[in-house]
Amino acid sequence: MKEGAELRSEREFPHGKSGQGVGARLPRKEDDRLMRGRGQYVADIRLAGLQDVAFVRSPVAHARIRGIHVPERYRGSVFTAADLVGIKPIRAVSGLPGFKISEQPVLATGKVRQVGELVAMCLAPTRAEAEDIAASVTLDLEELPAVTDMLKAREADTALVHEHWGDNVFLETVYEVDISAALDAPIKVTREISTARQCMSPLEGRGVVATFDRRLDQLTLHSAAQMPHITRSGLAECLGMEEGQIRVISPDVGGGFGHKGILLPEEVCLSWLTMRNGHPVRWLEDRREHLIASSNCREHHYKITVYADGDGTLRGIDCEATVDSGAYSSYPFSACLEAAQVASILPGPYKMPAYRCRTFSVATNKCPILPYRGVARTGVCFALELMLDLVAAEAGLEPGEVRLRNLVRPEQMPFDNITKKHFDSGDYPEAMRRALAAVDIEAIRARQSKGEADGRRIGVGVSIYCEQAAHGTSVYSGWGIPMVPGHEQASARLTPDGGLELRVGVHSHGQGMETTLAQVAHEILGIDVARIRIILGDTAMTPYSTGTWGSRSMVMAGGAVATACRELGERARRIGAKLLQHDSASVVLQNGEVRGVNGSVSIQTIAHTWYRRPQDLPADVDPGGLEVTQGYKPVRDSGTFSYAAHAALVAVDPDLGEVEILDYVIVEDGGVLVNPLVVDGQIYGGLAQGIGTALYEEMPFDASGQPLATTLADYLLPGPTEVPAARLDHMETPSPYTQFGVKGIGEGGAIAPPAAIANAVNDALRPLGAELTQSPITPHRVVEAVLAARAAERSAA
Amino acid sequence: MKPAPFSYERPRDLDAALSMLAASGSSAKIIAGGQSLGPMLNLRLVQPELIVDISGLAELKRAEVSDGELVIGALVTHADIEDGRTTDVTRGAMRAVAANIAYRAVRNRGTIGGSLSHADPAADWISALAALGARVALRSLAGARMMAIEAFVLGALESALQTGEIVEAIHVPPRAASAHWGYAKSCRKTGEFAHAIGAVLIDPVAASARVVIGAIDTTPIVVTDAAELFGGRIAADYKQRFDIGVANGLLAKAGIDDAAQRHIHVSVLKRAVLEAAA
Repeated sequence: MKEGAELRSEREFPHGKSGQGVGARLPRKEDDRLMRGRGQYVADIRLAGLQDVAFVRSPVAHARIRGIHVPERYRGSVFTAADLVGIKPIRAVSGLPGFKISEQPVLATGKVRQVGELVAMCLAPTRAEAEDIAASVTLDLEELPAVTDMLKAREADTALVHEHWGDNVFLETVYEVDISAALDAPIKVTREISTARQCMSPLEGRGVVATFDRRLDQLTLHSAAQMPHITRSGLAECLGMEEGQIRVISPDVGGGFGHKGILLPEEVCLSWLTMRNGHPVRWLEDRREHLIASSNCREHHYKITVYADGDGTLRGIDCEATVDSGAYSSYPFSACLEAAQVASILPGPYKMPAYRCRTFSVATNKCPILPYRGVARTGVCFALELMLDLVAAEAGLEPGEVRLRNLVRPEQMPFDNITKKHFDSGDYPEAMRRALAAVDIEAIRARQSKGEADGRRIGVGVSIYCEQAAHGTSVYSGWGIPMVPGHEQASARLTPDGGLELRVGVHSHGQGMETTLAQVAHEILGIDVARIRIILGDTAMTPYSTGTWGSRSMVMAGGAVATACRELGERARRIGAKLLQHDSASVVLQNGEVRGVNGSVSIQTIAHTWYRRPQDLPADVDPGGLEVTQGYKPVRDSGTFSYAAHAALVAVDPDLGEVEILDYVIVEDGGVLVNPLVVDGQIYGGLAQGIGTALYEEMPFDASGQPLATTLADYLLPGPTEVPAARLDHMETPSPYTQFGVKGIGEGGAIAPPAAIANAVNDALRPLGAELTQSPITPHRVVEAVLAARAAERSAA
Repeated sequence: MKPAPFSYERPRDLDAALSMLAASGSSAKIIAGGQSLGPMLNLRLVQPELIVDISGLAELKRAEVSDGELVIGALVTHADIEDGRTTDVTRGAMRAVAANIAYRAVRNRGTIGGSLSHADPAADWISALAALGARVALRSLAGARMMAIEAFVLGALESALQTGEIVEAIHVPPRAASAHWGYAKSCRKTGEFAHAIGAVLIDPVAASARVVIGAIDTTPIVVTDAAELFGGRIAADYKQRFDIGVANGLLAKAGIDDAAQRHIHVSVLKRAVLEAAA
């Protein structure tokens, strides 16, 4: 470990020390703009003639539409599916065998299948007036029984979300490796474990400003989107247009988390409307729409059995996992990604000889479920890590000890686990050991034996996970969804004054890409990061990319930028050699200049000469110029595996059910860190979301399918007072497959906290006999568990 | 999340406000700090034809001691009380309650009269003021009337206010030197509405106590003759004599079927009793 770090900072990446290259804790370039309120988000865009849209949304979860009544005075301002002639529904098909296709009309036709589904589009000069129009539209609906419970949805005689399927299952998968070999294990623990449905809740909601340019014959869609090129492909399919007729611009984006990765029916509707009416139109998601009608996430259920030997060695896992996928398959991720991933990632970083996992992606009358930061991993980590604590209790071992016994060891790297996930590098036991030492497990056990003066109970919990990032073609072609990432492209252009422009197809909505990609370019070309502009978020300006998702941007776009900059540097070096009148083999590019034995010439001079004084160049100069586009893929595209061990110390009030996080430790290995400051920010932000999953966030539904947490008074998000000052420790095991050895780290912070916190709560309550296996851990659930344990104790006595 | 259209008036004095309210009947809503009404308008949960903004009524912003009682105008903000800009006859009890209402931004604008008028069962003042034995002064063109807080709050978001009537002031009796005060609440997170409130004013010398269990789904449980909660008599050893079984019974009688909910309420009340005794 230590050797690797030295290698990184002193030999391989000399600019880490210059304060700007790979490894530098450089403050984010974009923050100067964003922190001064000079960012520009979709809602800040003002176009002449802009009008606002509000939608009539379904008030019920499941109904046949018998009629839509628009008052006479508003005809012409209200549009329904009948108006959208030629617009195709959103189809996100998975190639996995047995996947059932849903078609999501952009405005409802025939039936509504979730509360909040778009029924009609209302246009007015302001949003308030558009809402007045929407309120005047009445719907004649024949209500149908709603499917709200994903487990009951699979039973016979239940209502059907999509009648022609014959059942409510998008997809069923099975993964099995010799499960019979585990059945005779002395330790066998079975539980039902579940995670609540959540809303992704970025600070900025979705938003669309659409306009059409008749001269260019081009639709421009400004959208708060993570994946503008994918949005364009999806739009072109739905609208029946050439991709070249569509330009998607995603300006500053205030958080994505997956919510901004999907093609919205609203994007299709507004595109149609601006082309019909000839003026710009706007729709901005408000918080109520976000909570009621937008993307949901995380709702998993596990029936899981873990088999182990008496010493805690894992013998196998047998699991049936169900994901509530909601009403429709979203573009491009589809309704199956979440559940089908569960089967492949459940074993995590542990060794085991036997495994079986059956998964169900179930359709219900709720919002489509979407991949949220951590995707299926947060639920998987919650289920598996809770089970490992139960194995530890059965074996009479410390929970940390059970992990150390079963984690893949560094000498086994690279390692293919039981589901053939290829772990590139790392020392997982070391991360766990460091976390246990940092939280000081022995001191906690001593404190627990004394009890707390305030009557609360303290508990400690650990969890560990692996985060597969930047997985590419070989992985996604297997899912068969509409989007399969290939080679990532980057364009690098020296400007005549020696500055650098980088064009990338990924986006930045909090990740700090404007800084970190500049650091990568600086590492290679030596150009001051202040003189490097990152151009992103515009399909007309950037190379095609699947965009920013799956913790892929640093690995993929960083790799592409490095590759493009190397080629650009090579061209500059050859021009520089000509200017120095040297043989090109005898000069090197170093610290922003080309050096030969008799002198040097700066990149700035080279650029100036190339663009402004070509007469100074010899006739045989390479005509390629100082603008290059290069593609990149890691040596292996099965993904980088970053990981972290989390340890939480909590205090639980068994009578009030309140949980306070007293200490939180994260030991993270994200490979070589391009900017540790940015990585710390990613981890803190992820932790906040993980705490939300663990303790606060839940979107409940009543039996008729009504969402019940429709404002932020009911849908609780963690705030500054709920997020502790976590202590971070970094390990840096390079990936053998990527540029600089970087790994993707964007999601990890949100994966492990629910498991660590739940394990800590259960550790605190174990002497009382109480156990929680459902997130979020609310005061009510804690007290319910404590009372149930007391009742059980009484009846036993 | 934009309000339906409404008319807006900002009267200069109370009489003008009362006239406007009387003229528009039940189609008018009063706005003061707007901390609850604002979101309700945006969500179109209420769609009044007229909003009467009373924030210009200087006579409702006063707080003074009269006949030994503190009379707080309806427009006094939580922050006014928190910061001690109003006289305190409760020996710190009201300041402490005010300081823990929602967030500072809410306290800066939210008013004590608005909080009572809104009658949200989870809000602090309806429980705290009931425990303190406060009364509320109401006024309309037809005249004035006064009632105990517990009589004013009729249910969730339901008060005794009649059409055309406004909360003018709150009358808070002084807290006796021998009276102990305890106030506890449990919130999912800092600044959120409580899901359990316990408020107690216990005077072992006078052998009297007022006990409130608040933040239940309906109007708070106000026990003015609380001896039963303390084993039949209220004396210096009330902390030891507090009977959680009786409190649990009160909650069951109030229709709270969920045992865990009752347990949380009883535990919060117990915490208030312990605080009073501390």
